[in-house]
Amino acid sequence: MARKIVIEPVTRVEGHGKVTIRLDDKNNVSQSRLHIVEFRGFERFVQGRPYWEAPVLVQRLCGICPVSHHLAAAKAMDVIAGVDADGLSPTAEKMRRLMHYGQMFQSHALHFFHLAAPDLLFGADADPAIRNVIGIILTNKELATRAVLLRKYGQEVILATAGKKIHGTGAIPGGINKNLTAEERDALLRGPAPLDIDTMIAWAEEAVEFLKDYHSKNRELMDSFAAFPSNHLSLVRKDGALDFYHGAMRAVDADGKRILDDVDYRDYLKYIGEEVRTWSYMKFPYLKSLGKAEGWYRVGPLARLNVCDFIPTPRAQKQFETFRAYTHGKPNNMSLHMHWARLIELLHSGEVIKELLLDPDLQKTELVRKGKKRGEGVGLVEAPRGTLFHHYQVDKNDQISMANLIVSTTNNNEPMNRAVRWVAMNVISGKREITEGMLNRVEIAIRAYDPCLSCATHAVGRMPLVVELFDADGNLLDRKSR
Amino acid sequence: MSKPKTPIHFTVDGKKCQAFLGQTILQAAKDNGVYIPALCRWEGFEPAGACRVCTVRVAGRTMAACTQPVTEGMAVENNVPDLQDMRKSLIEMLFVEGNHMCPTCEKSGNCELQALAYRFQMLVPRFPFQFPARKVEAAGKKILLEHNRCIKCLRCVRGVRTRDNKAVFGALRRSRDKEITVDQALAAALPEKQARQAMDRCPVGSILRKEVGFVVPIGKRKYDKEPIGSDVEKAKD
Repeated sequence: MARKIVIEPVTRVEGHGKVTIRLDDKNNVSQSRLHIVEFRGFERFVQGRPYWEAPVLVQRLCGICPVSHHLAAAKAMDVIAGVDADGLSPTAEKMRRLMHYGQMFQSHALHFFHLAAPDLLFGADADPAIRNVIGIILTNKELATRAVLLRKYGQEVILATAGKKIHGTGAIPGGINKNLTAEERDALLRGPAPLDIDTMIAWAEEAVEFLKDYHSKNRELMDSFAAFPSNHLSLVRKDGALDFYHGAMRAVDADGKRILDDVDYRDYLKYIGEEVRTWSYMKFPYLKSLGKAEGWYRVGPLARLNVCDFIPTPRAQKQFETFRAYTHGKPNNMSLHMHWARLIELLHSGEVIKELLLDPDLQKTELVRKGKKRGEGVGLVEAPRGTLFHHYQVDKNDQISMANLIVSTTNNNEPMNRAVRWVAMNVISGKREITEGMLNRVEIAIRAYDPCLSCATHAVGRMPLVVELFDADGNLLDRKSR
Repeated sequence: MSKPKTPIHFTVDGKKCQAFLGQTILQAAKDNGVYIPALCRWEGFEPAGACRVCTVRVAGRTMAACTQPVTEGMAVENNVPDLQDMRKSLIEMLFVEGNHMCPTCEKSGNCELQALAYRFQMLVPRFPFQFPARKVEAAGKKILLEHNRCIKCLRCVRGVRTRDNKAVFGALRRSRDKEITVDQALAAALPEKQARQAMDRCPVGSILRKEVGFVVPIGKRKYDKEPIGSDVEKAKD
């Protein structure tokens, strides 16, 4: 008898998604899909709003990485206000960078420790009642404390630059609305203990070592789980360095051959297409030169470390060299290595935050520049989850007439579906009994991509997992929930 | 030589106060450190009695404190539970009658309606949202009129004028269909200082000087530090 397995909602991710796996009479997987069940509509209802409102409005897409949307929209609106990305005042550009690297720091800490670590620490088959962040708090207080404080530190950086920890207003078209006072700088540099930047960097480095240690003990799992070749896309600085705030688009294939290089992101439409499929509200982007079937790509920490040439801070660069050496300099296509890459980025973010805090430009007062207005602007940043595209057109009355947003998770749509398929084929297919642990492996594969399926945050680890069995005619045969 | 002001005596919630003949209850209360909330009033403009948020009670009768003159021996009820709840309900009505999205409004933190909602600890309006279909008038060079947020207080109609005393804003129709209109040619000719004043005098985010949104950081906005009315209450401490 054919069956359909539904995992809804997918837990320990941002927002709401659903997985369906169809099994044939012999329990072999015939189809697997990750559905995004929410409809957002931001691209439509931003139309008609004045352009300077966009950075504040569109950041409401997300409660975890609003800064990324805020800055991508601000970069697009800089262009509309007549200021190119390299035309901002040093204070404005560095304040935005500080805000963004604070965002990366808190989001990566949140994802690894709160959302992903329970699977690694307790195992995929552990009791779901324990396999969550509360379980970590109860069994490993020091790790849990660090998790909370690392995230808190990143949020404090955002507070100092955007005015609020979530949904601030720092970036405005052409610049920023505040600089960093000496008091704010000193508070971030030196405490109160242990919330000083040196401790944060040390903890981030220890987190990378923790992951490497875990890898050495669980090599088979980490190296084989949901591993599949793909293209990779990211922004890189002009000299090839890892850069989260600004740069040119670069893409490599599974062997490291460059597909795109030094592409001005304002021309993204020449290179990126978006495919619509009837069963999901999320589009499927692809590289036009390779077509819909072959042009899909990964974004995010793994892609960024596969695409860049080096990391421009010493401790993260050292870790990067080890990371790269593991795959002999070739792109790393192992989904669980996303966590390794993410923690290296956490370390890098800490180092960049320190560099910026020591930069006297942040106390200077030239905040905004203006130029000759234009009718169209594109802004790209590397958000925690990957490349984020914002594209707007503005009419003669200063009202937005068109918006196109390709968010990071959308870029990872096909890879996440492939990861689900990998688990379906390698873990579930052909098995007589479907266990909760098997279904959790589907979620582990999705979680590696740290998807942000909407702006919603939710009670971690407490959301119900519902599994429903249907017969070939769609009749519900059995339903289990936790 | 100006005529000497005649002092008179009155009470607000039992507190002994002194005023001058000709002052409104609202002005006199303010001079005595008593805050009476109001949205349509602006110092120097003719009072309009449009919003009724300043409603007080004297001898069992409710009246608008911004239009009613104070008289000798008057006993004003102001901060009493039923009046406060009525004011709160008026604020809630203003929210549901328009389309107010504070999280993305550039007037947030400087908005008097929002500040009053905080002061009255409004959480969810008791009335259903009306979601009226209103427009954004953005064709002007300097001023953008966001009708979704307008509470029809008429401050702009009364107080924004050109140097030769021409009204820049006017009101069309009546009651719930009332709509503020702007002469965009006159608005475009306003000097920068006056254009900013027009924005400041609007108690909500309806009149906007274009392209200056969000320039004041969070923490430095008018109501970030203290609730609305604190200045009045502190002045006599």
